Amino acid sequence: MPQARRNIVFWIFGGGFVGSLISFFYPVIRFLNPPAVSEATVNEVVDGKVQDLAPNAGKIVKFGTQPVLLIRLTQTEWRAFSAVCTHLSCIVQYDASRRLIWCACHNGQYDLSGKVISGPPPAPLKEYTVHLRGEDVVISRS
Amino acid sequence: MLPIQPGHRRKAITAWFQDRLAWDSVREFIAHKTVPVHSGTIWYAFGGITLFLFLIQVITGILLLVYYRPTPAEAYESVQFIMTRVAFGWLIRSIHSWSANLMILSAFVHMFSVAFLHAYRKPRELVWFSGIVLLALALAFGFSGYLLPWNTISFFATKVGTDIATFIPWIGSTVGRYLRGGDAVGGATLTRFFGFHVAVLPALTSLFLLFHLGLVQKFGISTPPWVETRSRAAGTNLPQMPFFPDFFLHELMVWYGALGLLGILAALFPWELGAKADAFASAPAGIRPEWYFLAPFYTLKLIPGHVAGIEGEVVGLLGFGLLAFWWATLPFWGERPDGTVRSKLVTGGAVAFLAYLSTASLLGYLR
Repeated sequence: MPQARRNIVFWIFGGGFVGSLISFFYPVIRFLNPPAVSEATVNEVVDGKVQDLAPNAGKIVKFGTQPVLLIRLTQTEWRAFSAVCTHLSCIVQYDASRRLIWCACHNGQYDLSGKVISGPPPAPLKEYTVHLRGEDVVISRS
Repeated sequence: MLPIQPGHRRKAITAWFQDRLAWDSVREFIAHKTVPVHSGTIWYAFGGITLFLFLIQVITGILLLVYYRPTPAEAYESVQFIMTRVAFGWLIRSIHSWSANLMILSAFVHMFSVAFLHAYRKPRELVWFSGIVLLALALAFGFSGYLLPWNTISFFATKVGTDIATFIPWIGSTVGRYLRGGDAVGGATLTRFFGFHVAVLPALTSLFLLFHLGLVQKFGISTPPWVETRSRAAGTNLPQMPFFPDFFLHELMVWYGALGLLGILAALFPWELGAKADAFASAPAGIRPEWYFLAPFYTLKLIPGHVAGIEGEVVGLLGFGLLAFWWATLPFWGERPDGTVRSKLVTGGAVAFLAYLSTASLLGYLR
């Protein structure tokens, strides 16, 4: 068989083989890619009563699927921030003795307006709005 | 009819198998296989110890599979059940955890031994490359297995680890989603990691291990350049010893020693389980990854948020990537084109690399 014909046969069969491999692996790759799960958007959560959190204390609350750090600074002053550290997604905590927000994973520190004071976090924490509805503490998107 | 003598029956059975397996050739091969005497020194033992500990991992891993349940609701409780209710469950789990750590330690010692003894040289480059892949697979085993008990520390280690992956340029977010099975670490991550840990990684490791050991068999145990030079100067051949029984018994003794150490560690310092993971709890103070990830962990702590306008994590990832690439390509820069070894460069580089790994790991542990 002339070389040119051999080449044609080679490319037809080779191409078919590679194509079949792609057709095997493509569904596998797509299968492994997790489907996007649509979640109901949460704009506001009621998180317990005023008396549940003492002044100069903080706690993590659920805001839909996201953790939020709720801080009660004084009797009347409340703040809330996304609890996900902007460095590598660990969950931050309120450090009452130093009055700052601290991430234990890589020692990232934020002030009480969510700005980075020191450590590796590249961006500030997203702030949420806190208001009181009677005795209820309500957190909503800023 | 004459009764069949027991000796005859045994011979008949042996002959039956011999006809089908031709195992005489294997026996011949083992009887005549020799290894150089210098391979009896301790630095040549760590490859075998790593293999032995891998076998321990396979056995204890299969045993743990009998009771383990890979869901966020049951994973922690099933490990707790193994440790408190199942007979010797604490021991099996403790051996699995200790053996994993010792295996990685032994693999590191083996890798540095190969570098210092210049065993990566032609024609053994592929032995080195497959060894690097095996070490990466061992680290992946460690990372994926760490999450399986679903405790606080493993949860945050996985959060950080998978988040680092998202900083890979261009494909980072896709890799992150593939690893986590979604946008955040959760039940989908646990089942994925379980699948990697018990199916994908063992299959890949078995393939690379066969390739690695096949090449070691093909090329034989390497000889350090200075031993070669000495032997050439003396005009003698390298002294050899029989593989069986001399080297085999020597290896068996070392493996027994490793098993003894493993038993002592597992029995006297049982592996802790910690507290159950909570996706809505702050990372606890003093949190740190396993010792073999301490060096990058500490380095990431030191890198500021932005370096010359680039995000700190990207800089860190790029640095680790370059370092790993430099080290993995050792056979290409560790030998001159004429076949002589760049001894000072390799030894200096290996000492510097080792110094970085140990110093950063120690500081990561202490701070």
